[in-house]
This record gives sequence, structure tokens and C-alpha cells, in this order.
Amino acid sequence: MSPASPGGMGAVRRAGLALLGPVLALVVALVISGIVIAAIGEDPFTALQVITNLGETPAAQVQAIVVILNRAVPLFLAGLAVSVAFRMGLFNIGVEGQYRLATIMAAAAGAAVSLPAPLHVLFIIVVAMVVGALWAGIVAVLKVTRGVSEVISSIMLNFVALGLAGYLLTGPLRGSAEGDGIVTTSEIPESGRFPDLTGVLTGLGLAEPRSELFGFLVVAVVVGVIVSVVLARTRFGFDLRATGLSPSAATASGVDTRRMVISTMLLSGAVAGLIGLPDLLGADYEYGTEFTAGLGFLGIAVALLGRNSPLGIALAALLFAVLDRAAPLLQFEDIPASVVTIIQGTIVLAVVVANEIARRLARRSAEREGARATGAPPEGGGGSGPGTPPTPDVGPDGGHRIHTGVPGTPEGARP
Amino acid sequence: MRGALMRKGSVRATALLLAGGLALAGCASDEDGGGESNGGGGGGGGGGDELRIGLAYDTGGRGDRSFNDSAYAGVQAAIDELGGEVQEFSPNDGGSDRVEGLATLAEQGYDPVIAVGFAYGDSIGEVAEDFPDTTFAIIDSEVAELGIDNVTGIVFAEEQGSFLAGVAAALKSQTGQIGFVGGVESPLIQKFQAGYEAGARAARPDIVITSEYISPAGDFSGFNDPARGQILAQGMYDGGADIVYHAAGGSGTGVFQAAVASGKLAIGVDSDQYETVDDPAQQAVIMTSMLKRVDNGVQAFLTDFAEGSVEGGTDTRYDLESEGVDLSTTGGQIDDIQAQLDEFRQQIISGEITVPTTP
Repeated sequence: MSPASPGGMGAVRRAGLALLGPVLALVVALVISGIVIAAIGEDPFTALQVITNLGETPAAQVQAIVVILNRAVPLFLAGLAVSVAFRMGLFNIGVEGQYRLATIMAAAAGAAVSLPAPLHVLFIIVVAMVVGALWAGIVAVLKVTRGVSEVISSIMLNFVALGLAGYLLTGPLRGSAEGDGIVTTSEIPESGRFPDLTGVLTGLGLAEPRSELFGFLVVAVVVGVIVSVVLARTRFGFDLRATGLSPSAATASGVDTRRMVISTMLLSGAVAGLIGLPDLLGADYEYGTEFTAGLGFLGIAVALLGRNSPLGIALAALLFAVLDRAAPLLQFEDIPASVVTIIQGTIVLAVVVANEIARRLARRSAEREGARATGAPPEGGGGSGPGTPPTPDVGPDGGHRIHTGVPGTPEGARP
Repeated sequence: MRGALMRKGSVRATALLLAGGLALAGCASDEDGGGESNGGGGGGGGGGDELRIGLAYDTGGRGDRSFNDSAYAGVQAAIDELGGEVQEFSPNDGGSDRVEGLATLAEQGYDPVIAVGFAYGDSIGEVAEDFPDTTFAIIDSEVAELGIDNVTGIVFAEEQGSFLAGVAAALKSQTGQIGFVGGVESPLIQKFQAGYEAGARAARPDIVITSEYISPAGDFSGFNDPARGQILAQGMYDGGADIVYHAAGGSGTGVFQAAVASGKLAIGVDSDQYETVDDPAQQAVIMTSMLKRVDNGVQAFLTDFAEGSVEGGTDTRYDLESEGVDLSTTGGQIDDIQAQLDEFRQQIISGEITVPTTP
């Protein structure tokens, strides 16, 4: 798993092991879900057919693809936001609150100003990212100054964010008339909306879908590329990954882990701020009580499924979107829509389990090769998680490993 | 070393547990709606001019023993009378597939399509424009302003029924202190609160009323969280209130549990909850229920549709006068105050009392 592991394992084999986890998990999840569907007296193959069938007519198929992509875009951004923190060993459960608060602030700011078209959109995006980053920044500051676990504080801040968003929506930022059933902010004018990509579809000779394809898809792709370049090709990304793999080693080699906690949470929060924008700028043009909820929590599942790599997260988001699209259609075949939730749940559980198995296999084979090459116990304590190496050796850091990477916190002081 | 490994391991375990827990929570909350929808499809023979009704539920789906179930009861009554079949749809927890579900019902030829709940208020207009040949109805949302002539709004004067609930609570309270538990702090639920408070003050000006909501606007967990409903109600009972009225959908069970635990009384909502709870101990504490006859509204709409007399583009309002809202009398706990209740009822119907819709 660690890039520092000694060479010798073939690239092909490594890729095979990397793919082994997700594929195995998918198969296991499908089998389990099939058993569940059969147990409630329905035909699992009908369910599979409903999920995979995009429609009979070309127009229906294009519509299905649009629905899937429109759902996948926010899921991808949510997964990406969670994964950025994950890569550094930080568990940002606060993505839900970060995007809800960012979306309402962006919606209100977007409705309040009037700017020429591209600038207006850019302004809304910047507001959303800044608000998301600041909200996540609270978690980071609490962590580096007071040693508060980000798991606790980010969960707590979700409640605060939802309450705050509710207050802002019904109070100062209310745009809808008193007495309307749905409370919303004021509508964002034409210049602040993101153009849709339906023209691209029809330009490709495809039938015109009923819904519009979110133009924000382009932004999501760009953000995905930027994040993956930053993580893989910059000093910052290296520090981030190094801190995630071994905080003490990173500190020893001169990484300021406190600064890293703050900048990583800011980055994670900034990406989280984008999650609500596909819907906001592509369909709703206002934030309201009915705004799509739960994307932040789904992002955790998507990030786990995508193994924290931007490409993996994109695939995971697409898979979740395909399953979500099938939920209404399954009900038409008298199969409960909960089947979709069951499949998604089992996939994530299976992936986490399979990842662990694949990781142990990879490590064992690396250790064998390492042992053969040097004749000594290899890579002390290079791993993480319950995958205890068979040789109970003590790492070069003397076991002062903490996942948080913040020296001086109570956690770090414990042997 | 060991400890360090454990700690890292525990982060993973936390992540795993949380992800799994979320998935399970998702399963649990829509299980009822999805699970029971099995029985829905087999209603009719699918004849040429028989009704093919599309029914899109509010979050939570069928099995909430309250709002969604009431709509289904109306559809079932119409089918018993007119023949036909129903196709149900329950949205996911985040509500992201509401538009698509509504559109799919129309696309598959279901006509009329009934959207249950104001949550569809945002999307019904755009879907109705996409399917001009389908007749739509929406419960709890006004559509007259939209200017689309294939949508009918079915709305209720919840504040009028709640006014009577407030009168009943104030008259029956021994301690002079009563409570209100709302599910989500939305304009719809505020109508319940406003009516209840106005009714209680009208009957007894010195009454002390505590009103609280389970979740803020935009967070819909408040309609499906009995545990938090119980905590809020328990706090009110402990603070001296002896009757609590809830407008919290599925969370109401928690309010009833708190009433049982404290030996106090509660008022149900939407359906006659004396009939819908299974537990005799809970029946004993349900003094009355504020009936919101969604079933009557739905059935009346379907009858109109079958007769071809749906006007469209208008709102039909069900109030005390048309018996769209009322108080239930099952259990006989408010029989002794019927005379006073009738007096207020007449004053509201005659317009002598105008019930506020915002607290």
C-alpha cells in the first residue's frame, strides 16, 4: 500500500490487486442483494434487468443517461471532498453541513448581486467554496489548537450548519413570500445560471432528453483533474499523502502537520462547497427547504468505494447514480426501492472488507519479497489498520504513530 | 505500536460503521413505503377506461400511519367505487428523485398523477408542463398562481382543526399548561401551531403554551424521529404540561410514549390515531386527533376526474365547513366538551373567528 514499499512486485500484479478489491466487492454485493431480493419473493434478475436497462427508445436512453450524469456530478464532488481529507487520515464527516451552508450562502449571494454572465457564475462558485472552506476550517482550527477530534467536531457542526441554514432561510435570507409552502431564497437571475450541455448531446446526433444535462459536469471534471494533479504532482500533495501514511515520519522530514491539517480541511471544505451547485445553478436557481439533502453522507460511501482516487470516485459516483436512477423504476416492477439502498450499502461494506483483504495480500507478498531480498524483516509498521503484520516488529518511530499528524496533541503524547 | 495501530484501525472501523449505519438507516426509513407497495399494483383489471392512478408519496412513503396512508386510503376508496389500479412511488431520502419519479409515472401512462405533500410543490409545475395531457393533483400546495391548467391543488385548513384541538386541550388541562410538538419548522406545520395556540387562548386566555419543533426548516428528519419527539414531549410533561398536541408525522409515536410514561394526555394528527396505534396503553392517552381528511380530498378529486369534471389550474380547499378537518371523538374523552367545541366550530364556519395561519 505504501509507496515506500520495496520494489519487486510487478506493476501488473499490483494493478491486479488494486482491481481485485472493488471487483470482488461488487460481485459479493450483487450476490447478497440477489439473495435479499429473492428472500422477499421477487426475481433478482428482473431487478438486475431494470437497473441495467436504460430504456426502449433513443429518447428514453438519452434521458436515462442525463439523469445518471446529473446525479453522479454532485456525488462525485462529495466523494472528492471526503477523499481529500481521507488521504491525510482526516475523517471529514462534516461535508453534509459544509455543502448545505455553502449552497444557501451562494444562492443568497448570487441572487443579491448582478454581474455579467461568466463573472456572476464565477462569483457564486467562489462564495460557495469560501463558505465551505471556512466551515471546514473551524474543524481544523479546533483540531490543531485544542486537539478536538475532527470526527466529533465535524459531526457536531453538521447540526449547527443545518440549524444555521434553517435560520438563515426562514429569516434574513428568505426570498419566498410569507405563507408559501416551500421556503426558498430569492431566485438567481439568468446571468448567474450555468448553461446546460443539452446542446452538446443534440449536437452529437442524440435525441433531445426531457431534462437538461448539468453544465456543472465540466466544472466537476476540471476540479477532479486539479485535485488529482495537486495530490499526485505537487509538494503540497506529497506532504498531504505522506502525513496520511505516517504523520511522525512526515513531521521528522520537515512537514508542518498543523499547517497541513488546516490547509487540507480548507481544501476539503472548498470542494464540499461545490456539491450543491450543480442543482443550484442547473435546475433550482434557489436554495429551499426541499433542496437535495444527504449528499455529504453519500460522499463518504462514494469515497470509500472509489478508494480515495479521483478516477475511482468518478466510477463509484456513476455506479451510485445508476442505482439511484433505478429506484423509481424498480417500484414499477413491484420491487421495493430499498433494494437500491441495500445494494449500495452492501457494496460499500464489501469494498471496505475486500480492500482490507487485498491490502493484506499485497503486503504479505511485498514482505516475502522484501525478506528474500534483504534477509531481514521488512518495512516495520508501514501499514495501517487492523492488518497487523505477521512480524510484531516495532517501527522506527518507536510506535508513536498517530493518525492525526498533529504533534503535541494529547493523542500524540500517548505511547 | 499496538496502541497506535489500534487507533488507526479504529478510524477505519468508525468510517466503516458510519457508512454501514447510514446505509442501514436509509433502508430502515423507506422500508415501509417500499415494502408495502407490493400490494399496490394489483388493484384493477386495467380495462380501457378504468382509472390508472399514479400516487407519488412524501418522504417516508406508505406505512407512516398518518399522512401518506391517508392519501392511499382515499385512492383505495375511489378504486373500490370506480374500479382501476394504482402505481405508487416513494422518493429517496434526500428527495433527489422526486421530479424523475413524478415524470416517470406520467410517462408510463398513469393519469391522473397525485403528488402527496408540499415537497412536490417545486417540481409539479415543470413536470405538468412536460406532460400536458396528464392530469395532476398535489396535496398541501396551492397551484392557482402557477397558471398551469392540468394541475389541481388540494389544500386543507389545518389551522381551523388545530384551533379546535387547542380549545379541547385548554378546556381539558388540569395544570393550565399545554404543549405543541412540530415535526419540521416549515410554514405548513406552523399553521398547526398557530391554530392550536389561538384556540387554546380563545378558550382560556391564561393558558401557558410551550411549542417546540424537532428539526429546523430544510431538515426533514423531524417527521420520522420518534426518539426526539419523545424527548421534547417528555420535557413538556416534566415541566408541568399535561396535554401535548403533535404535528410531527411518524415522530408522533414518541409523543404518545412520553404521554404513557408520564400518565398524561396527547392529541394525535392527520388520521384518527386512536385507531392507528396498536398499543392499548397509547390509545388510553390519545385524547383526540385533529383529522385532516386527505383521504376525502383524494377520493373527491378522483371522483371528479372519473366524471370528467376536474377543472384544473385551481385549488380546492377543505376546511371545517366541508369537514375536511375536524376532531375525532373515538375513545370518548372529549364528549363532555362537545357543546363548547361546537360553539367555536360554528364561529369559525360563520367567519366570526378568523384563525391565524402563522404563529
